[in-house]
Amino acid sequence: MAGTSAQAATVVGTPLPLIGKSDTKPTWCPGCGDYGTIAGIEMAVKRLKIPSHNVVIVSGIGCSSNLPHFLSSYGFHSVHGRALPVAEGVRWANHGLTVIATGGDGDGFGIGCGHFVHSMRRNVDLTYVTMNNQIYGLTTGQASPTSMMGQKTKSTPTGVIENPIDPISLALASGATYIARGFSGDVKQLADLIAGGIQHKGFAFVDCLSPCVTYNKVNTFDWFRQRVYKLESAGHDPSNIVAAWERSLEWGEKVPTGLFYRVEKPTYEDLEEVLSAGPLALQPSGLKGREALLDEFV
Amino acid sequence: MAELAIRAGGAAGDGIASIGETFSRALSRMGQHVFGLNAYQSVIRGGHVWFQARASSAPVHSQGDAFDLLYALDRQTVDIHLPLLSRGGTLVFDPEKFAVAESDLPAGTRSLAVPTLEIARKFTPQSILQNAAGMGATAFLAGIPLATLHQVLADSFGKKKGEIVDWNLGAAAEGYKFAQDHAPANDHAVAPSGPPKLLMTGNQAIALGAAAAGLKFLAQYPMTPASGIMHWMAAHAHELGIVVKQAEDELAAIHMAIGASFGGVRSMTATSGGGFALMVEALGMAGMSEIPLVVVESQRSGPSTGLPTKTEQGDLNMMLGAGQSEFPRAILAPANILEAYHATIRAFQLAEEWQTPILLASDLHLSENYMTVDREAISFDTPIPSLFSVEPNGGEYKRYAYTPTGVSPRSIPGQPGLQYIVGSDEHDEKGHLISDVKSGIPIWVAERTKMMQKRMGKHDGLLAATTDPLIEGSETPELTFVAWGSTVGAIRDAMGLLTAQGRRTKLVAVETVFPVHGAALHKHLGHGEKRLLVESNYSGQLGRLIRSETGLDFPTTLLKYDGEPFYPMEIVGRALEVMNDGGH
Repeated sequence: MAGTSAQAATVVGTPLPLIGKSDTKPTWCPGCGDYGTIAGIEMAVKRLKIPSHNVVIVSGIGCSSNLPHFLSSYGFHSVHGRALPVAEGVRWANHGLTVIATGGDGDGFGIGCGHFVHSMRRNVDLTYVTMNNQIYGLTTGQASPTSMMGQKTKSTPTGVIENPIDPISLALASGATYIARGFSGDVKQLADLIAGGIQHKGFAFVDCLSPCVTYNKVNTFDWFRQRVYKLESAGHDPSNIVAAWERSLEWGEKVPTGLFYRVEKPTYEDLEEVLSAGPLALQPSGLKGREALLDEFV
Repeated sequence: MAELAIRAGGAAGDGIASIGETFSRALSRMGQHVFGLNAYQSVIRGGHVWFQARASSAPVHSQGDAFDLLYALDRQTVDIHLPLLSRGGTLVFDPEKFAVAESDLPAGTRSLAVPTLEIARKFTPQSILQNAAGMGATAFLAGIPLATLHQVLADSFGKKKGEIVDWNLGAAAEGYKFAQDHAPANDHAVAPSGPPKLLMTGNQAIALGAAAAGLKFLAQYPMTPASGIMHWMAAHAHELGIVVKQAEDELAAIHMAIGASFGGVRSMTATSGGGFALMVEALGMAGMSEIPLVVVESQRSGPSTGLPTKTEQGDLNMMLGAGQSEFPRAILAPANILEAYHATIRAFQLAEEWQTPILLASDLHLSENYMTVDREAISFDTPIPSLFSVEPNGGEYKRYAYTPTGVSPRSIPGQPGLQYIVGSDEHDEKGHLISDVKSGIPIWVAERTKMMQKRMGKHDGLLAATTDPLIEGSETPELTFVAWGSTVGAIRDAMGLLTAQGRRTKLVAVETVFPVHGAALHKHLGHGEKRLLVESNYSGQLGRLIRSETGLDFPTTLLKYDGEPFYPMEIVGRALEVMNDGGH
């Protein structure tokens, strides 16, 4: 049985410390897009006034996956590609917590792509923020699943010959219920999208274009600034899935940002009957007094 | 006759497993000790499957060697099994389905031709009732009261009522009566010998043990022979308040379990060798980040896909070495169903106490076969301490604080003022990673050494907290058996047979495979005795482990890797060979 301190922890009476920077300074390259993303996450969580001890940020491995270390919430810096299943486990253990998964494009759309698809079809109520820089940074510049056709990298010296994954269309196909694209060059918009994702009941996916200033000389801040436009200013209706599909296919001359699609559907936690009795971590456990259970073996 | 074994055989889809379970359960309700072996193939229809239910008023530890009753649903069963029928045994079959000539019967055996299809047709044109009729006839020969058979059959339909249940009971009664009227003199029958026992599979015992230990979250991907754990748990999930998640793969299963454990619930994953191979990286993460985790590895014949429905103990090397670099772990290997229940509870306690992954090594023979246990041997009074044990004291919280045992206070997300970051990277006491800008800097080099020593220091704690080998048999043995896991069962039966021949043997059953209990092994081995290593693998993996840790070696072995379980007589044969001529 859970003790009193945990129960107290879920009751927000007196104001408790909000999320802030931790005593570990980010180690990203100067100018890295990830600074914009972490600022967006911090702003969003602060705005929603969620106490830092009720937030868990789960990441995989890669430059961007170091992110949990730089904020004051609970964090789980797991292994490459596995942020989502760890985050799902945390969420099911205690669905009173706000769970945010973070990571890069290699982490989420390469080695972890299977989990990406499955966690979306489950509509787990968590927010997944990817820092998509279309390159492997921490391993010093190989092609990633989102590198564009023809891009020359250390592992593709004559250019990429595979089509890139489009995370937005993949999310639409997989059943995510909140699908957005942000840009770390626009922290205000990004914070709005992340805050909307955290408030959304269900799987919220925010793909953040987060340029690598060291290894990706193609998809730079300037490259994006010349191309991005906001979906809401183009009159896009995020409740229209057909329109969302059309917008998700735009990439090149114009790159849309903002909310592509949002729909209300029951979450995995809503449908998992056991969780209707409250967070699993606070429920009783064991078989004391359930001796009748043995009757089935007679 | 004190002992009885019934064998039933047919094609997959014939319902052999439920016939076997029905006999096993009926005998268990009579208070008999029962072992039920379900031998099947990786096909859903066709092929050949069989079940052996062995019962005795004295404890039985394996399927045994002989069988006294053979209920054959097809001719292939006759071809494969009839030559092995014990003297005095009886074949039960339906001559409308296939013929059995008098000359087919081994010397001293007889047959009972039961019109099972004819009986079935009295109730419905569907032929499935033939099984009830055949079971009725066989049950009469076995000494199972008709009322007991009826009760087991009725219970197998659960809450279902109506003509299908009545037909089955009717067909069983007719089969029973037919045998009563036509069976030759019968000397196989067993009699009720005590209060009903519990009959369960190893997988059910593991699932029950996990629930009793406080499990709240199970994530698993289907894989024979571990799936039964998920099946039992899923069937009881709502009633017991346990979340059961079928994951998209074993990678997800173990990471979900680790996430849930970090999130504040006792969690587990279960798989077989192929799935465990996928879990290896995560296992190391649990070790590195000091997260309690129980992983069940139910072995089957390998390598690779191997023989998916056949048993083996070939994954010990993998369990020992799973994960890059080094981290503390324990591997528990229960030998039977009652031990599986208790070992599972112990695995949870160890995982939590030492904040590291604990492996429960099972195998197909243990996981999927049936055995009886006494009801009073199962207690649900396991204490389950709260996981929210750390209170904020206003000071600095260090999740990975150095302590004499290597175990540090673990907070749970949601607890204010105790936030920390779990790192799969090397980290300091607070969980801050020391793997990037700090790596290679002398004070952090020293920190890494210290942190590695902190984690690995738990090894001694695990050694002290786990059980010594189980010692059974003669104190002045002519031969000492060394074995682990389900293999121990057939050895126990073999030792009984050897004792009956006046031979003295001893058993060293290694329940804690790792850490190796070297002192206890030295106490019981290495005094010039003849010893025989018995394992279900090619190279004698436990023997190699013991030799590497203790210097004790095993020049005489009985190793088997054909996918089949050990039979007592093959152990007796090898034991006599070694005892009589010291043969290698």
